[in-house]
Amino acid sequence: MSGTITKVSGPLVLAEGLADANVSDVVRVGRERLIGEILNMTGDTASIQVYEETTGLGPGAEVFSTGMPMSVELGPGMLENIYDGIQRPLPEMRAISGDCITRGTDVAALSREKKWAFTPVAKPGDQLSGGDVIGTVQETSAILHKIMVPPRLKGEIISVIGEGEYTVDEVVCTLRDDSGKEHQLTMSQRWPVRIARPYSKKFVPRRPMNSGQRIIDTLFPISKGGTAAVPGPFGSGKTVVQHQLAKWSDVDIVVYIGCGERGNEMTDVLNEFPELKDPRNGEPLMKRTVLIANTSDMPVAAREASIYTGITIAEYFRDMGYDVAVLADSTSRWAEALREMSGRLEEMPGEEGYPAYLASRLAQFYERAGVVECLGSDDRRGSVTAIGAVSPPGGDISEPVSQATMRIVKVFWALDSSLAYARHFPAINWLTSYSLYLDSLGPWYTEQFGERYMKNRERAMHILQEESELQEIVRLVGQDSLSPADRLTMETAKMIREDFLMQNAFMDEDAYSSYNKQFKLLGLVISYDELCREALSRGADMNALFAITAREKIARAKIIADDLVNEEFEKIEKEMKQQIDEAVSGGELI
Amino acid sequence: MIKEYKTIRQVANPLMVVDQVEGVTYNELGEIRLTNGEVRRCKVLEVEGNRAVVQLFESAQGINLAESKVRFLGRPQELGVSGDMLGRVFNGMGEPIDGGPAILAEAYMDINGLPMNPAARAYPDEFIQTGVSAIDGLNTLVRGQKLPIFSGSGLPHAALAAQIARQARVLQDDEKFAVVFAAIGITFEESEYFIEDFRRTGAIDRTVVFSNLANDPAVERIATPRMALTAAEYLAFEMDMQVLVILTDITNYAEALREVSAAKKEVPGRRGYPGYLYTDLATMYERAGRRQGKRGSITMIPILTMPEDDKTHPIPDLTGYITEGQIILSRDLHRKGIVPPIDVLPSLSRLKDKGIGEGKTREDHSGTMNQLFAGYSRGKDAKELMTILGEAALSDDDKLFAKFAEEFEKVYVGQGNTNNRSIEETLTIGWDLLSILPKRELKRIKMEHIEKYLPEK
Repeated sequence: MSGTITKVSGPLVLAEGLADANVSDVVRVGRERLIGEILNMTGDTASIQVYEETTGLGPGAEVFSTGMPMSVELGPGMLENIYDGIQRPLPEMRAISGDCITRGTDVAALSREKKWAFTPVAKPGDQLSGGDVIGTVQETSAILHKIMVPPRLKGEIISVIGEGEYTVDEVVCTLRDDSGKEHQLTMSQRWPVRIARPYSKKFVPRRPMNSGQRIIDTLFPISKGGTAAVPGPFGSGKTVVQHQLAKWSDVDIVVYIGCGERGNEMTDVLNEFPELKDPRNGEPLMKRTVLIANTSDMPVAAREASIYTGITIAEYFRDMGYDVAVLADSTSRWAEALREMSGRLEEMPGEEGYPAYLASRLAQFYERAGVVECLGSDDRRGSVTAIGAVSPPGGDISEPVSQATMRIVKVFWALDSSLAYARHFPAINWLTSYSLYLDSLGPWYTEQFGERYMKNRERAMHILQEESELQEIVRLVGQDSLSPADRLTMETAKMIREDFLMQNAFMDEDAYSSYNKQFKLLGLVISYDELCREALSRGADMNALFAITAREKIARAKIIADDLVNEEFEKIEKEMKQQIDEAVSGGELI
Repeated sequence: MIKEYKTIRQVANPLMVVDQVEGVTYNELGEIRLTNGEVRRCKVLEVEGNRAVVQLFESAQGINLAESKVRFLGRPQELGVSGDMLGRVFNGMGEPIDGGPAILAEAYMDINGLPMNPAARAYPDEFIQTGVSAIDGLNTLVRGQKLPIFSGSGLPHAALAAQIARQARVLQDDEKFAVVFAAIGITFEESEYFIEDFRRTGAIDRTVVFSNLANDPAVERIATPRMALTAAEYLAFEMDMQVLVILTDITNYAEALREVSAAKKEVPGRRGYPGYLYTDLATMYERAGRRQGKRGSITMIPILTMPEDDKTHPIPDLTGYITEGQIILSRDLHRKGIVPPIDVLPSLSRLKDKGIGEGKTREDHSGTMNQLFAGYSRGKDAKELMTILGEAALSDDDKLFAKFAEEFEKVYVGQGNTNNRSIEETLTIGWDLLSILPKRELKRIKMEHIEKYLPEK
């Protein structure tokens, strides 16, 4: 099927003579065979969004349809790799076309030469259906890649290849379906990116995703299979929060989508992740990571596709029974790409020029997250957690992308520029952020760490809330007008903020905080508050209580190594109690 | 064979419609020959059937629909580049205007450049000493970074940019260094200020100037920064030079872009700027950086004036989302006579963390930096409280913080335009200031560094 270009306007190309093509088909455009996708059809004229720079294209050039929708290739070789928005591996592209991305580069997503050690699981005669495991490949030292029957296929296994090393193109299994047709299966399969991969059943998420970030895990937790948004003005540390989550989350696989952001940020991940070790198994973090990079200088249409490419890869790993986190930085750039294409298609704009379907597209993306029972007969469960950064213009979240996102996501980590200016990082505002998973996760926390965990959290939130009210008063009439109890609230709130919530992503000892450390650290601060409150009621001098030296130790407690936490924290607690007691007796003497 | 068309159907500056064209392609460069022999340039924005919409780079004055001829050159806009460009002055379209001979090009490069493969980038982490404490100590610049200066009308951004260009150096290093300066719609005086400064310090011999002044055609401004970056890419990645690119003023650039967008009748985004302003700016800013296996680098300092000093205006806002930080100038500090008036709290260098510390600057750099920020932030709050409630309302600690903030502005930030401080000096001044504060408040610094560096009172 081929047609002819009639119009070129930036990334939008119109071509006629494509009556046989389907909407959403991938097409190749012009002599350089640029990759594009059909957006609309009018008669035999197709509107095509081209994923590469269209300089040099003009009317008369040829367009032909591949007859296939925009798909990704799924199989061993994706981990540790970095792809552009339409799943072309960037290191291979570099080998072909040099340091810059040239047009029409055609590279397979998975290496055709690399051989993978395949271990069969299924046997001839087995009745398998979509999602059942045929065999396994140890893709990286951290991840066992399960080769599955593609969804929607079922039948009897005729033959399975023996244990050995094969490329992704070699047939590893032959399957005969009910109609008697034989299917030759390789280690790779294709899936259209705009369609969610099927599963058996979806569940309400009830397990937290441990991120090692104190403000997230303790105050605003997210569950595995949940959705979250990180909105914030520039410079408030969105990307650092995203990187921290990518590094320390206790998931099996991380898919990091750099969508319309800085090239150097992707380079940073590429440099850093192979060096960093997963705190749970000691493996380099890169071994569990897939990167999708469509930086801001790369063609805008591919930016729109990158989000779908990323989440489809995530769903594929979910189908193996893994917990996957998808981090998209930033969904605002994706929405802008949508807006640009919509403008070129001369669609009627909705709010701020964004197309009217912005909210539904965003909802579709986030809805692909969740905890599911995967296809296949072994009842395995997997999850996709979706976390999107939002970059609202001027930091004002009344704009359409933020608002549409907030309607969908369950966790909202609002970044605040005033905290960032004071170098309080992560600059997540504790008053405006929220997590709707608290109720469903509460039982898990209580089961693991006792009642105290949620109580401490509640107490801390209460103190922070009170602080903001007291600050109003202080601003009007000064600190001296506060009662000693209120002064204590202010002091405790300061400790919660500085000694607990603040966490330095660039300090090795502090970047990751285990649950135990988080729990004990907040416990120290809360028990300081309780002891002092009691001491005040017994007539202790407020200033003496505030001046105890154990507080300095609490301030530095967050950098205590994990294996020393129990012992050291106990010492601090003991010292603190003693000093508060002394302050009480000192008070009585006066 | 190149065809010439006499079929101009419409001219509405800066756009022009040419009919009955054949084989014209998107983004192709064109030439318009006027009846008096003058040649002007344009590029194709849209082509539909045999009708091409082109954008003029120069004024439309004198174009005659019946007589003027258009031909399309079959290639995008290119710049002939060569090492001989150093020391020369070009106009906004890349033609020499210093009276010297034309450049014998070693290569012709598409001025739009190509996106850099993220897998080919080398992460910028080499400390550049600018000699300005507020930058070196707190918002450290590294080689290959893009760090804009957000200024306001009437603020001395030119003096700061010139100071950086003059003093910037990499510690223990003898690399080849070059400056590419693009004047985008600024006044003759401001442009001359830079050129004079380059001349005075002898830097002019290793400087390439692209000059589009306020009275030059506005649409030409869209090409000017791209010309400069193309020259910079050649110097950095073909000639292994360390290139500092100064682009001033991005606000004028964005306005030119808005003009063209309005003429094309596109759906406007915020404040009338086109919806693709982010992408457009990104294709310039992202050209800064380093590449693996190449010695050269492009460090970029774009300057922009924030309309009404408003950081949320689309131009600074979108710039801030692309660049790796920003240096913000403050009108308050300027009024107080602090030179340079850098507002350190909202300023930021995103790449600083990998460019400082042991082996790069000094082990205590990171801790003291965070402590200075936190102290200054608290001190400013205390000072604010003091103006409302009087000094008596402050706690003893807050009084010390207020004093710290005052001294910090005067001594640390207000170093003057000619003072070139080494990083050691900057760190020492930092420690002197921190000694004003109670030791127990220095929570952000490692204990061992406090013991080693904090001066005895």
